[in-house]
Amino acid sequence: MTETGIGAPVRRLEDQRFITGTGNYTDDVNVAGQGYAYFVRSPHAHAAIKSIDTSVLKGMSGVVGVLTGEDVAADSLGPLPAGWMIHSKNGDPMKAPGHPLLAQGKVRYVGDPIAVVVGETFAEAKDAGEALLGAITFDELPASVDPVATTAKDAPQLFDDVPNNTAFDWELGNKAETEAAFKAASHVTTLNIVNNRLVPNAMEPRAALGDYDAGTGTITIYTTSQNPHVARLVMSAFLNLAPEHKLRCIAPDVGGGFGSKIYVYSEEVVCGWAAKRFKRAVKWTAERTESFLTDAHGRDHVTKAELAMDDKGKILGLRVHTVANLGGYPSLFSTSVPTYLYATLLSGQYDIPAIYAEVDAVYTNTAPVDAYRGAGRPEATFVVERLVEVAAREMGIDPATFRKRNFIKKFPHQTPVIMAYDVGDYHASLSKAMDLVDYKGFGKRKRASAKDGKLRGIGFSAYIEACGIAPSQAVGSLGAGVGLWESAEVRVNPVGTIEVLTGSHSHGQGHETTFAQLVSDRLGQPIENVSIVHGDTDKVQFGMGTYGSRSGAVGMSAISKALDKVVAKAKKVAGFILEASDADIEFKDGNFTVAGTDKSIDWTSVALQAYVAHKFGPDDMEPGLKEGAFYDPTNFTFPAGVHICELEIDADTGVTTIENWVAIDDFGTIINPLIVSGQVHGGIAQGVGQAMLEGAAYNDNGQLVTASYMDYCMPRADDLPSFTVDHTVTPCPSNPLGIKGCGEAGAIASPAAVMNALTDALGHEDIQMPATPQVIWRAAQKTITKAAAE
Amino acid sequence: MYAFDFHRPDTVRKAATLLGKAEDPKLLAGGQTLLPTMKQRLAAPANLVDLSQVEGLDAIELKGRTLHIGAMARHVSVANSDTVREAIPALAALAGGIGDPHVRNMGTIGGSLANNDPAADYPAAALALDATIVTNRRKIPADEFFQGMFTTALEEDEIITKVMVPIPRKAAYQKFDNPASRYALVGVFVAKRSSEVRVAVTGAGQDGVFRATALEDALKARFAPKSLDGVTMPADDLNADIHAGADYRAHLITVMARRAVAAA
Amino acid sequence: MPTVSMTVNGKPVSAEAEPRTLLVQFLRETLRLTGTHVGCDTSQCGACVVHVDGRAVKACTALAMQFEGAEVTTIEGLADGAELHPMQAAFREHHGLQCGFCTPGMIMAAVEMVERLGGPLDEATIRHELEGNICRCTGYHNIVKAIAAGSAEMSSGVREAAE
Repeated sequence: MTETGIGAPVRRLEDQRFITGTGNYTDDVNVAGQGYAYFVRSPHAHAAIKSIDTSVLKGMSGVVGVLTGEDVAADSLGPLPAGWMIHSKNGDPMKAPGHPLLAQGKVRYVGDPIAVVVGETFAEAKDAGEALLGAITFDELPASVDPVATTAKDAPQLFDDVPNNTAFDWELGNKAETEAAFKAASHVTTLNIVNNRLVPNAMEPRAALGDYDAGTGTITIYTTSQNPHVARLVMSAFLNLAPEHKLRCIAPDVGGGFGSKIYVYSEEVVCGWAAKRFKRAVKWTAERTESFLTDAHGRDHVTKAELAMDDKGKILGLRVHTVANLGGYPSLFSTSVPTYLYATLLSGQYDIPAIYAEVDAVYTNTAPVDAYRGAGRPEATFVVERLVEVAAREMGIDPATFRKRNFIKKFPHQTPVIMAYDVGDYHASLSKAMDLVDYKGFGKRKRASAKDGKLRGIGFSAYIEACGIAPSQAVGSLGAGVGLWESAEVRVNPVGTIEVLTGSHSHGQGHETTFAQLVSDRLGQPIENVSIVHGDTDKVQFGMGTYGSRSGAVGMSAISKALDKVVAKAKKVAGFILEASDADIEFKDGNFTVAGTDKSIDWTSVALQAYVAHKFGPDDMEPGLKEGAFYDPTNFTFPAGVHICELEIDADTGVTTIENWVAIDDFGTIINPLIVSGQVHGGIAQGVGQAMLEGAAYNDNGQLVTASYMDYCMPRADDLPSFTVDHTVTPCPSNPLGIKGCGEAGAIASPAAVMNALTDALGHEDIQMPATPQVIWRAAQKTITKAAAE
Repeated sequence: MYAFDFHRPDTVRKAATLLGKAEDPKLLAGGQTLLPTMKQRLAAPANLVDLSQVEGLDAIELKGRTLHIGAMARHVSVANSDTVREAIPALAALAGGIGDPHVRNMGTIGGSLANNDPAADYPAAALALDATIVTNRRKIPADEFFQGMFTTALEEDEIITKVMVPIPRKAAYQKFDNPASRYALVGVFVAKRSSEVRVAVTGAGQDGVFRATALEDALKARFAPKSLDGVTMPADDLNADIHAGADYRAHLITVMARRAVAAA
Repeated sequence: MPTVSMTVNGKPVSAEAEPRTLLVQFLRETLRLTGTHVGCDTSQCGACVVHVDGRAVKACTALAMQFEGAEVTTIEGLADGAELHPMQAAFREHHGLQCGFCTPGMIMAAVEMVERLGGPLDEATIRHELEGNICRCTGYHNIVKAIAAGSAEMSSGVREAAE
């Protein structure tokens, strides 16, 4: 391993600009003469729009212009589409009405955009926008907010052509086999689970800057996107904003995404469109409350889950019914989240012979719900790991022993729910985690806590996820509207420096470092001679972007493939210079050598020779040294591991302290351990947030009660401990680098670990997320009452 | 934020004149509550009168057995003041726990009292310590000053200049943070004085800060945590929201009170 | 329109500003110092923390006019030319940032934390003192490590200077 190669904890190259305040986020970009957009949004959860009187804006200071749903219709701009087709049990396609850029006669959640006012300053735009809101006549309708009640016959209907507010009722697995397994069971564990709705809360609010070049007819949109190429494709093919060659999307530095910046939203499209309409640049930056109201939310499942065991605790079957809340409209990938990203992972790390899952996806008068860090997989892990823990407790078996008894031990393993796990060693990560947390000493620690009047608990979560998303053929057969390969281009300059253009996008993941490590490692060049270019559709030809922990396994594999081609051609160049066949050229540590001789030439000279083309003719080969590659994975990857949470409850107040956290993850090959651990830390924090702090709450009228940091509880430094993070390694066989992916593991594993620890401490299972101090205090009262009765 | 005119008087008298004459005026002390409220367009004064240039409003002195704290004394100054730490350590600790370090660098005691946010910390201290709020016109005992949430005895052109706090025998403040906002979900300030025991509660009451007489009575005989055993708080007039039901707040008041008495 | 004058990162600046101009707007929009960020509207997230006369202040919860004549330091003014401030260096060394959006506020808060409390600082103190700064990426683990290391480095510098 070199100091900057694969496996080295290289300090991040991109940090220089971030620690000196010279990063370049969307809101940092300014174009001379730009106007500012203010979006007039629905104050009601559900209403018909009777009229909009834009004449109130006449004479108001600084108003550049206004656009409403009528203008959207006049310009034939399409609605935001759903990008993944799901079919109901009876074969019917899902019911997925489009989300208009600006409301077409009806609004379906608080925050739904109705009009945009562009002003000379943001304050003037907002002043005018508030006036316009006062000039809109609404016919308020009753709201449907609860995901279970929304399917009732008398519930308010969001769409005329979506009966029972149900997008689809979908199933996966074998119903008959599963029912047979339950009939044969000697013990059945049943849980009712609410997987709470979350708001992703990237610290950088969404923003967009649209600019129009009348000379070329090109619209340029700076946007806070995790996948600018997909954004351009959607804006072009579905929304009719402009053809792709007349549309440029740039996602510069992006301040976190966690899924919420995958989707195309109304605002960036409208900024581009308004720029063309008003012939001047238009900028919009969300206020935080706007982010709460309109960023796609995450999770929001209501689930009944059952696990069937024989008398020895061997799992026979798993049965799940989930209601998934899609919110007011389907979002770009929302329909895949509670289906193929969820039910396909319900086998967990266990050998479960029969699984049957039913998912009803429903509309409510709330913000759209889509992928948020983990997307379906945290919900699956939570179901499986809570069930397994409770089953072990009910059967009087140690939860670790119960897990070991049911682990998958032979690979590859075909689950009953589509996935074919390629490799893993689940026993190894569990054992390592138990050692590090000192599981044997837990009893002693629990007694010590009890002496102080505290309740102590320990909880496991043995998670699995499917990452490296994903083989295009496979996802295509499951309903995806796109392929999920990745592209890369490696450009070697005549002086030997290297630019790598990637379709992946970094919004905190450190690609400028890890990708450069791969290049430095393979080409034997100093890492500072490598630059990673991403996030601009004019520079990178195409790419699918970053989500689903795919940038290492898919994005870097594409770079690896392009590097293979570059090295092959460089060898040819070296062969011409060294007068040897390229088959005899060895490339090592940045030098080309004729095998078995001391004839050698360095990288820089080969690069120059490739461009001056003095040593070979047109019939020999093309000049230059630049290669591209598309990489389409052959399988998902399956990161897995065990997290253990140990905590202590002050039953008097409900305040709970996480005393220890051990995470053992198997991510396959690790490129940069510093960055990988950082991803785990951040994921755990978000999972602990879900378990103990965060929950988006709507009241019965569909008003978001938690619309700022005053009420939505973000994890802070003093809510969390330091974490013990370590690894086991089984390299992934399905990509050239052996990478599995690490971005979502923490968020997937941690909620179940927390809730298993809490319920262990409490001695009962009657508690749901988020387990805030109040919720824990109430649950602890039950513990105390129970203890008094015994 | 809506537009306004900005004024920086250098004397209390000039500030008072502005308050009297300017249209829809508002005083700006530290601004840590007022400015967010204005940003959300929930407050829209036409004139903002900044007190930061008025000389002598931030002094902290001990006169006899009474602390005199200038209205513009910032939370960080009160928290770090040797005078306050020695005289009433509970007050210094309370100031050191308001908001976060950046808020404490700007926020002032006068601003906090004048605003009387139902979840603010200082009102609990002022009430429990039987402080006197001194204005450009008069002296107002804390018992008369707080008149329900966001409401005080202050007249429209009245300006707090300082707060006089008599030194108690014992005092302590215990706060249970709202997990999200970190304001007081429940804050209990207990003070034992030669003549009486006072217990003031913030964060919990529907009408803002209040004295918990049931707890005061229980502590009168003996100022000890045990005296509160079995004493409960009625939940009737307490706040209920997504963070805490009234019953939970009522329970927390007794827990925080017990812990405060133990710490005093 | 009134004029505001102050010293920002050692340079005197003067510009017209509406009274309702927040300090952070003055820095970002008037002076184009975009290193200071805005992450919320309710004074909670701390992405906007700058130093005013040596004190850490949330620039989104202050008017530019309140700081007439003040000395303001932003993240852009923290390094000594090409030489990073020890806290900046510590954030890079310990991977105390991911997306970088909260980072300027974190670093400015951390520097003042050490200046106010002295160093080196322990983990519990650092976690408590970070109450006004929210990060969504790091889980704070490496931020805490970075501040601990930065505080040690800053206080060793102070010791050396005193010797």
